[in-house]
Amino acid sequence: MSVIPAVVAINTFREAVRDRVLYNLIFFALMMIGASILVGEISIGISRLVIINLGLSAISIFGLVMAIFIGVGLVSKEIEKRTLYTLLSKPVRRWEFLVGKFGGLLLTLTVNTILMTLGLAAALYYVSRNFLRADASVLVAVYFILLELALVTALALFFSCFSSPMLSTLFTLGVYVSGIFSKDIRDIGMLTRNPAMQAAAQVLYYVLPNFHNFNTITAAAHGESIPLSLIWQNTAYAALYVMLVLIAASAVFSGRDLK
Amino acid sequence: MGTPAIEIEGLTKDYAVGFWRKRMRRSLDNLTLQVEEGEAFGFLGPNGAGKTTTLKLLMSLVFPSAGTARVRGRSIDDVRMHREIGYLPEQPYFYDYLTARELLDYYARFFGYPLAERRQRVTRFLERVGLADAGDVQLRKFSKGMLQRVGIAQAIVHDPQVIFLDEPMSGLDPVGRREVRDIILDLKRQGRTVFFSTHILSDAEMLCDRVAVLLGGKLQGVGAPGEIVSMEVYGMEVFFEMRPGSSPPTALAGSATKIGERYRVEVPEVQLYPVLEQLRNCQARILSVAPLRPTLEDYFLKLVARDKAAPHPAGEGAR
Repeated sequence: MSVIPAVVAINTFREAVRDRVLYNLIFFALMMIGASILVGEISIGISRLVIINLGLSAISIFGLVMAIFIGVGLVSKEIEKRTLYTLLSKPVRRWEFLVGKFGGLLLTLTVNTILMTLGLAAALYYVSRNFLRADASVLVAVYFILLELALVTALALFFSCFSSPMLSTLFTLGVYVSGIFSKDIRDIGMLTRNPAMQAAAQVLYYVLPNFHNFNTITAAAHGESIPLSLIWQNTAYAALYVMLVLIAASAVFSGRDLK
Repeated sequence: MGTPAIEIEGLTKDYAVGFWRKRMRRSLDNLTLQVEEGEAFGFLGPNGAGKTTTLKLLMSLVFPSAGTARVRGRSIDDVRMHREIGYLPEQPYFYDYLTARELLDYYARFFGYPLAERRQRVTRFLERVGLADAGDVQLRKFSKGMLQRVGIAQAIVHDPQVIFLDEPMSGLDPVGRREVRDIILDLKRQGRTVFFSTHILSDAEMLCDRVAVLLGGKLQGVGAPGEIVSMEVYGMEVFFEMRPGSSPPTALAGSATKIGERYRVEVPEVQLYPVLEQLRNCQARILSVAPLRPTLEDYFLKLVARDKAAPHPAGEGAR
């Protein structure tokens, strides 16, 4: 097993940690959680629900912003600044570089998500002075957010292998939004009587990442338990999808001239 | 005879240009050359000649349209080839959030050295490029010359046998250039092969066993710097001083150039003695007489002029 992706990943993580933008994002996320406490104070009886809802949404949105905006720059920044030239003159294969970059950003996102989750936990403890058994669903929801972020990072990395950061951002956002509504796209397709449209909607449904299943924020806020089968299903789905996207990214990037 | 350090056979690179990327522009045209182990080899050419393209092809940063290349017997497609080479890109830029020590350590990790050896290597190579005191400074605070030195350190931190340097002296002050020259000479003394591109011809003349001249993507000649240009004397250069208040002989009035208190004149070899006689007659003080031989620079400029004057068939350069 090559250790090269791990070496690249650690450096990517170090870059993100030394980047001040990252601290700003954490700061804003903590601000959001602070605001949720305030909202919770004025929402009589449902403060936990509001805090969990707002907190998880903040974790998800900040994670997404980071995954997309850092993700699309992972490759292009290295090409633009020509740091990749020196790196690829070492015994580093292009796929190892890509996997390392992906791993580094995922590690960064994980650390950030953990920090934000700790903030959310502190906010919950602040309003009720205890944790409930049902709060385990919050952790599952956070885990699903992380899986979602892994998918988005892989997509951003894939698009940045052949397009500019601006276009990659648009493509990633486009796929993310379509992925949230992939089930609706299929259902709308089925409503038409045109077989070609139906087939196209079916293909889109299978090709687009299904982000719908990863959103359990509402269930977590209501203290509903999340079935174990969904955890397995989402884990396997995200792992497979990420792997396929990274293979596609490697195939594209391995043949690209770095002018 | 052993395996050559670098073998390039018919290496060609076309870039697709235009909106539809249907037109092709040839950056490198059928380059064939061989560099032996232990040679310092200069790759010369003006900007846009194809030097950087060649180096990028050898590093697999871009892929050839035709041709092949091997380094120490290994194809450039083989990732193991990269264990034996070092590369300094043109105008290098590194992760500016890292210190020089962290950067070298990062690159050394790719070669699988254990921690203790990495530390020892990093310290040794920082010293070697004169950055021992700046090892813990972030690269964002480095001057261009310091970045160039870090660039050289990262290219040799794993003791490669073949080192590729793309314009290693560009943008450096005289002290920096001298330091880089010393490093190249040092590597050569250790038996390493150094392949470097440059458009600073005096550096190539001073350092290289052989040079190749590239122009418009095509190889124009390969040989020792003295071989590639004719050794024939084409004239004599005379420096002289006049006595206060007197001026040079009228025969030289049009051709002599005043530089401070001195005069410089170029004369054909056959006219040297008559000119010296004239100078003696007007009591001029002869400071020096030296033969004029074409330099690599003259050769280079002649090639560029010939290329510009040659009629280019329609479509050339966009094949």
